[in-house]
Amino acid sequence: MGHYIEFGEQQGPDGAIRCSGDWTSANARSLEHELADLAKALPKNSNPDIDISGIGRLDTTGALLLTQLRRGDDGGERGDDGFVGGSDKHRTLLQRINQYTPKTPKPQPAENWLLAPFVLTGKLVVGTAEDIFAVNFTQGRILAALGQTVTLRAPLRLASFVQQFESIILRAIPIVALISFVVGAIITQQTILQLRNFGATILVVDLAAILMFREIGVLLAAIMVAGRSGSAITAEIGSMRIREEFDALRVMGVDPYQALILPRTVALIVGLPLLAFIGSMAGLAGAILVAKAYGDIPAGIFIVRLRDAMSITSVSVGLIKAPFMGLLIGLLASVEGMKVRGSSESLGRKTTSSVVKSIFVVIVADGLFAIFFAAIGF
Amino acid sequence: MDNPATTDTTAMTVHDLAVSFGPVNVIDGLSFELQSGEILGLIGPSGSGKTVTMRAMAGLIPHRRGEITVFGREFSALSSHERELLRRDWGVLFQQGALFSALNVLENIEFPMREHLDMSPRLRREVARMKLDLVGLPPEAANTLPTELSGGMIKRAALARALALDPKILFLDEPTAGLDPIGAAKFDELIVTLSKTLGLSVLMVTHDLDSLSVACDRIVALAGGKLLKAGTLSQMRAASEPWLREYFHGPRAHNTEG
Repeated sequence: MGHYIEFGEQQGPDGAIRCSGDWTSANARSLEHELADLAKALPKNSNPDIDISGIGRLDTTGALLLTQLRRGDDGGERGDDGFVGGSDKHRTLLQRINQYTPKTPKPQPAENWLLAPFVLTGKLVVGTAEDIFAVNFTQGRILAALGQTVTLRAPLRLASFVQQFESIILRAIPIVALISFVVGAIITQQTILQLRNFGATILVVDLAAILMFREIGVLLAAIMVAGRSGSAITAEIGSMRIREEFDALRVMGVDPYQALILPRTVALIVGLPLLAFIGSMAGLAGAILVAKAYGDIPAGIFIVRLRDAMSITSVSVGLIKAPFMGLLIGLLASVEGMKVRGSSESLGRKTTSSVVKSIFVVIVADGLFAIFFAAIGF
Repeated sequence: MDNPATTDTTAMTVHDLAVSFGPVNVIDGLSFELQSGEILGLIGPSGSGKTVTMRAMAGLIPHRRGEITVFGREFSALSSHERELLRRDWGVLFQQGALFSALNVLENIEFPMREHLDMSPRLRREVARMKLDLVGLPPEAANTLPTELSGGMIKRAALARALALDPKILFLDEPTAGLDPIGAAKFDELIVTLSKTLGLSVLMVTHDLDSLSVACDRIVALAGGKLLKAGTLSQMRAASEPWLREYFHGPRAHNTEG
């Protein structure tokens, strides 16, 4: 009949099935085809012997196929092994494989696709509620750790703080300054092009300066830090969790929140206003440059106009917002890091969601602050 | 196969192997052979280069000098395609299991088959389940993630994955480390049975004296990147080298005394 199996009328209804060739996983596809053909050709309820003396190499896959052939479609036992011939090696292997009785695994309960949207909504709501709880929990732990540090009941981790401050804030200064400079320049250029129609080009100073200090400077710094350091914090804490470093700290009587999360969060809270200010100044520099190029406003005039337009209020609005954003980034990054379980895939997923959530929350918080400051007329 | 005579008796030959990391010679002039169908134990003090030897034999790290011959063929003389084909003839059980954490146990076992073999998904799943049975894991373990398994189960699942392509040579890196004595004894037994039924040649890096006496047919002892002695357990016990004397007659060696 085929390459591996010979079975024909000449062998009679009870004639043996002759197997030959290499019954190995490398030939699995052809073996499967021939076995399927054989199943069609085989008369119902026949129980022919299987002659395996012609088989060359036999591995576990081949042995499994042979035992399946032996048992038939119903998977039932058929008394003695019913194999004819074959070497001792093949026999031992077949005996061992024959001990394996395939159990049909319990079918997974099929998911009702009509329910899917509701299941998703429910998971989302519960997930959000859990997130809110976790953020509050972490905040509480951080505040408790802060309290202990302030009252000198826990060590002041100055070295750790300085190290985090350097990697989170100081090393971010060039990139934050650069993007703020470019964004400041772009805003100024677009504004000049519009204001020129009204002959009020000089007002670009008010607009650019106030926008930069109140909103853009702090927002760009926060987004940059969320992407740059939020991910790093999540990945650090997550991999520490996977490698049980967190539990190690805990059994040593060291509060991981106090030792790991507090220095990072404090660095963010203290450092983000600084970054926001540097970013705003860089944006202002971009504005001055473009105002000269596109609006013919000399730097001196720009500065004089800036004195009238700007007040300390604009600067302080930006600086007041920054620590809150730093806290939010630190909290979300720690919460996501704590959620990492076991696999490297989970680490990747949580790092992604840390960045996405921090950026989202930072922008929403900025919006809420804008409403708040407008309401109190600050 | 150019030399059928060696093919029948030796699975792997290491001749004058040298491996160095930078200026440090970790392995320097090591020669031994792995007979077909035997279980060979590789012992030596920490830092003597056991794991490095195993990794070099498995082709995971390059060697500076020497020859590694697999079934009579010099490994480094093969083309990269032939090497890939030959690589399927061996399975490696890593110390920590190295199961893919994103896949469940059954998918872990199916993975190498999916990559290298042409078979229907149904048969592949069935073969994977059979391998699971072969290493003594319950069928329910199929759908669990590696992080949910105990240490002993991880070893078994990793062994099932190492057996997925029906290798002829199996490398085991400290298979019984971290297992309780009962689990370790069962694992030794499992390896002996598998090696007998599947005709495997096994190279086992181990510190476990019980594994050496129960499972291993022969033992190769390394010291300082060189061969200290090779032989059967009784030959090792009779050896006069101080380290071997301490190893086989020390306070923890009571079981091997026989």
